[in-house]
Amino acid sequence: MAESSILLTALRQRIARLEGVRVIESAATVALGHCEIDVRLAGGLALGRLHELFAAEEEDEGAGAGFSAMLARKVAGPTAPVVWLRQEEAEAKAPLHGPGLAELGLDPAMLVLGLLPDALSVLRVAAEVVRCADVGAVVIELWRAPRALDLTASRRLAVAAEGSGVTALLLRVQAEPSPSAAHTRWQVRSAAAVPLAANAPGFPTLDVELSRQRGGKAGGRWCVEWDRDEAIFRPAGYQAAALSGAVVSVSAGGPGGARRRTG
Amino acid sequence: MARVGAPDSPYAFVEKQRGGMRLVAVDRAAQGLGIAPGMTLADARARLPGLVALDYDPAADDALLERVADGCDRYTPLVAIDGADGLTLDITGCLHDGDSEDDLAADLERRLAAYGLQSRHALAASPEAAQALARFQTMPAPDEAAAVLRLGVIALRLDEDTELALRRAGLKTIGDLAGRPTAPLAARFGDDMVAALARLTGKSDSRIVPRRVPPALLVERRLAEPVTQTAAALNILEALATEAAETMAEQHQGGRRFSARLFRSDGLTVDLAVETSLAVRDPKVVMRLFEERIDGLADPIDPGFGFDMIRLAVPMLGPLVPTQLQLEGGAVAEGELAALIDRLSTRLGRGRFRRLRAQDTHIPEQAVLALPAVASPPASWDAPEPGEPPLRPLHLFDPPQPIQVVAEVPDGPPQRFRWRRNLHEVTRFEGPERIAAEWWRDGPARPTRDYYRVEDARGRRFWVFRHGLYGTERETPHWYVHGLFA
Repeated sequence: MAESSILLTALRQRIARLEGVRVIESAATVALGHCEIDVRLAGGLALGRLHELFAAEEEDEGAGAGFSAMLARKVAGPTAPVVWLRQEEAEAKAPLHGPGLAELGLDPAMLVLGLLPDALSVLRVAAEVVRCADVGAVVIELWRAPRALDLTASRRLAVAAEGSGVTALLLRVQAEPSPSAAHTRWQVRSAAAVPLAANAPGFPTLDVELSRQRGGKAGGRWCVEWDRDEAIFRPAGYQAAALSGAVVSVSAGGPGGARRRTG
Repeated sequence: MARVGAPDSPYAFVEKQRGGMRLVAVDRAAQGLGIAPGMTLADARARLPGLVALDYDPAADDALLERVADGCDRYTPLVAIDGADGLTLDITGCLHDGDSEDDLAADLERRLAAYGLQSRHALAASPEAAQALARFQTMPAPDEAAAVLRLGVIALRLDEDTELALRRAGLKTIGDLAGRPTAPLAARFGDDMVAALARLTGKSDSRIVPRRVPPALLVERRLAEPVTQTAAALNILEALATEAAETMAEQHQGGRRFSARLFRSDGLTVDLAVETSLAVRDPKVVMRLFEERIDGLADPIDPGFGFDMIRLAVPMLGPLVPTQLQLEGGAVAEGELAALIDRLSTRLGRGRFRRLRAQDTHIPEQAVLALPAVASPPASWDAPEPGEPPLRPLHLFDPPQPIQVVAEVPDGPPQRFRWRRNLHEVTRFEGPERIAAEWWRDGPARPTRDYYRVEDARGRRFWVFRHGLYGTERETPHWYVHGLFA
C-alpha cells in the first residue's frame, strides 16, 4: 500500500511536470497522535498548508475554536508564535480567554490576537501574516459567509502557506462549506466527554469529521479527546447518544492508551 | 496677541460672569474709545452703542496658542506656554550661523503677521524677565537690566493684594525694590514676592518648563526652497532617518518611537509618529512604517505652499546591539513577526493587535488584559496543572449572560437551564468553585459566585455560576453562563 502510494505520487509529479504546472512537494506532516486519523492523513496534518475547520452548528463555536487552538498548538509547538485573527464582532460575541487557551496548552504568551473590523481586512492581514515565516501557525476566524472569502482568497492563502511553510487554519462559524483551495476540511462538533470521578465533566472531547482531503481519501468521523500535557489527540470513549451510527468507538488500548482519570 | 481682520466696527468678547454679561477682551478700537475688559456689556453698549459682542471661547484661544507653539518648535525644542496669551522660547544655542537673535524674532513676527496675529516680544537672560518685558515694558531703556528696573511692580505678577500693598508703600517700580534688603521685604510682603523679584532680576536661576520633553535624538533639515511634493519631503525624511541611524549605530542604540514633524512655510505643522515593538534604527524599516502611516491617513498630507523644514525626533533611545549572524549563515529571523506586527499596527491602528497579559486577581473577567502588541512584550503565563481537565473556559463572556435555571435544591447544581432560547439538560457537573468578591478592592460587598462546570446532553461544556449565596446573600439568586469550554 505504501509502495503504491509512493508510485502514485511520483506519477502525479511527473504528469504535473509534463503539463508545466508548478510541482508542489508533498508537505511535511505532524502526527496528531490519533492512530486512525494519522493513517487517513498519510502521516498527520500537513504543515505549510491551508486547513478549513467548520463549526458544525453555531453552538459548536467553542468546539471549533478549541480544535483550532489545539491544532495551532500542535503545528506551532510550544515556543513558536501563533497569530489569531478574528473580527471584532466575533470577539464581542465570544471573547477568547487567556487562561482557557493556556488550559488547552496554547501558551497565551506566544499568542498575538488580531481584531479587525471586517472579513476583508481579516483576509488581507492573514495573507501577510501567512507569508511571514517566523509564525508557527495562523488561525483565521471568519463568521458566516463573507463575500470576500471566495476561491481566489482561499487560493491566495494556500499559496502563501506553501511558500512560507506556515500552517494556516481557517475557522468558519455559522458557515456552509464552499469551494476552496484548502488541503483538508473538517467538521467539528462538541462531544460528550467520558466523565471523571463523581460524574464531573471530562477532558475536552470533540467529534471531528474529515470531509475533504486534497490528493487523499476523505471521509471518516472520530471522537477525539485532547491531551494537553502530551499535546496529542487520543481516542475517546464514545457516547452513542450524541451521534447516529457511522462511527466506531476505539477501545482504550489504542495508541493513546487509557486516560489516567477515565471511568 | 490680537487678531486683525475681524468686524469693521469695534468688538469685544463677552462671557457670563457674576450674573451678567461682562467683557473679557476688547479690540484696539474699542480700547481707544474707553472700553475695558471687566465692564458689563450693558455699560459698554451705553458708551458705544455699535459695539459688537462675540462669545468668548477660551478653548479656541488655547488651541490657537498651541498651534502657534507648534510652529515655534522650528526655532527651539524648548517652548513653554505662558498664561493664556504668551509663549516663552529658550533659544540658548539654537541660533543658526549668521543669524542674530533679532533676526529670529523678526522672522517669528513676520510669520505671525502673515497669519494675521500681532505680537510683542522681548529677549532677556531669564524667562521671567523676558515675559515681563514683553508684557509690561512701556519705555525704552539702554540695556536689559535697566529696562527691568524701569518696569512697574505689576511685572512681578503677584496677586492683587500684594501689588496694592506695594503701591501703598510707595514702591512703584522694580527699581524701587531691587536695591532694598530682602529680609524686611519678605517680612512685609511675603516670601513669594522676594522670590519673584529675584527671578525677575536674574538673581536666582530659573528655567522654563517646556511643553514637550526634549527628545533623546533630533535631526532636522532646513530647506531654502520649500518642497511642495510629499514624495520629496519623504526623501528628505529618509535622509534624516539615515543620519539618525548613523548616530544611533555609533552609540549601539535604537529607537522605539519616531516622530516626524513637517513645518509648512505658512506656520502650520504636520505630525507623523510611528512605533515599533523592538528597538530599530534601519532607515528602511522606519521609512516603511512612515509610508504605512501616510497610507492610513484619512486625508492626504496637504503641503500647502510647501514645507520649509523637516525634523525627525527619536524621543527615547534603547540599547540595540549590532545584528548577530547565525552560525550557519544568514541573519537571525527573530523579529520578522515583530516587524510585521509593527507595520500592521501602524497601518490599521495600534489597538488591533493585542497580547494577553495575566493579572493578579481571581475575578475571572479581570484576569486578563489585552494590551497593544507594539507596546507590550510577551509576558509569561503559569502552566496549567497537569492531569486536570480545563478549569477555565476558552470563551469568557463579559458581562456574563443571564440564564433561567432549574435546580433540585436552591443551593445545589443546575439541572437544566435555558440559554439563548435553547434548553440544555445538564448531565454532568463539577462544583461549586466558590469565588468571592475582592473585599479589599471593591469596597461594598458584592455577592459571592458559585461556579459549576457543567456538560449538557449534547456534549457542550459550560461554565455557569449562581450569583449570591442562597438565603444569606440573596433570596432568589440569579444564574449566569460565564464561559464556554472546548
